[in-house]
Amino acid sequence: MGITPILFWVLSVIALFSALMVITSKSPMHSVIWLIIVFFAISGHYLLLNAQFLAIVNIIVYAGAIMVLFLYVLMLMDLKKETEPQKNRWLKLAGVVGGGSLLLVLIAALRKVDIEHGIAETRLGDIGLIENLGKKLFTDFVVPFEISSILFLSAMVGAVVIGKKE
Amino acid sequence: MSFELRVKVLLLAARNSGLETQNMPINYYIFLSVALFCIGIVGVLTRRNAIVIFMCIELMLNAVNLLLVAFSKMHHFKRAVADVSAGSDGQLFVFFIMVVAAAEVSVGLAIIVMMYRNIHSVDINFLNRLKH
Repeated sequence: MGITPILFWVLSVIALFSALMVITSKSPMHSVIWLIIVFFAISGHYLLLNAQFLAIVNIIVYAGAIMVLFLYVLMLMDLKKETEPQKNRWLKLAGVVGGGSLLLVLIAALRKVDIEHGIAETRLGDIGLIENLGKKLFTDFVVPFEISSILFLSAMVGAVVIGKKE
Repeated sequence: MSFELRVKVLLLAARNSGLETQNMPINYYIFLSVALFCIGIVGVLTRRNAIVIFMCIELMLNAVNLLLVAFSKMHHFKRAVADVSAGSDGQLFVFFIMVVAAAEVSVGLAIIVMMYRNIHSVDINFLNRLKH
């Protein structure tokens, strides 16, 4: 077995285990930490697929900005005092059964699918580099790019208006 | 050019550049993403803390992003000889998904903070009066 499958399996196990810990750990603070580990594992997957720009952006935006925002909100709320109320046991069981059924159906549906030449190229190909993505972004996708700046502005205004004390 | 020839060209280029080619089947990425997505769904269905539910939604978004990148690399592998930048659209979609997710998180967390300020809890069961 070469180095690529080993890296793939290690990163996948880390991602799946941390994702399970996100939904099972009692404290929301621990959930945030585990979610950051998931994001780092997914960034490792991006690097393995040679999507270097997305790997860095994933770390900067998700692990850096978004999770820090979550941590800030959690610390502001100080939820340590009261423990999180748990859902009814049957409701929890129903949730797990529902999610598990979805997993089962999707795997059963996709197990036999045979994609022609279905191979994800790893460690090669330069479409994921900043040069190529930047060229594409500022030529073909320049209108969505500008619209997303308006989206950010409106999100900023919305967050301030909602969060303001009346 | 036939597909086999393209693969041969790619393999030759890889061998000349000193990298050994080890490509992963796309099915592995599909199953990994499906598993991550379902873990996120189970989290949304079983937790009551609004912030944890929000984090599970982020987890689902990331599962979809991973699958998009894997498919873009698959597309690139198929069509690299005909079109050098084949498949880069998928990675740009991932970029835009990240942009939208960042905006969504800022507004969503503001809503959660407002909810905490009004009812002093982030338990979603207190929100059941939205039904009436």
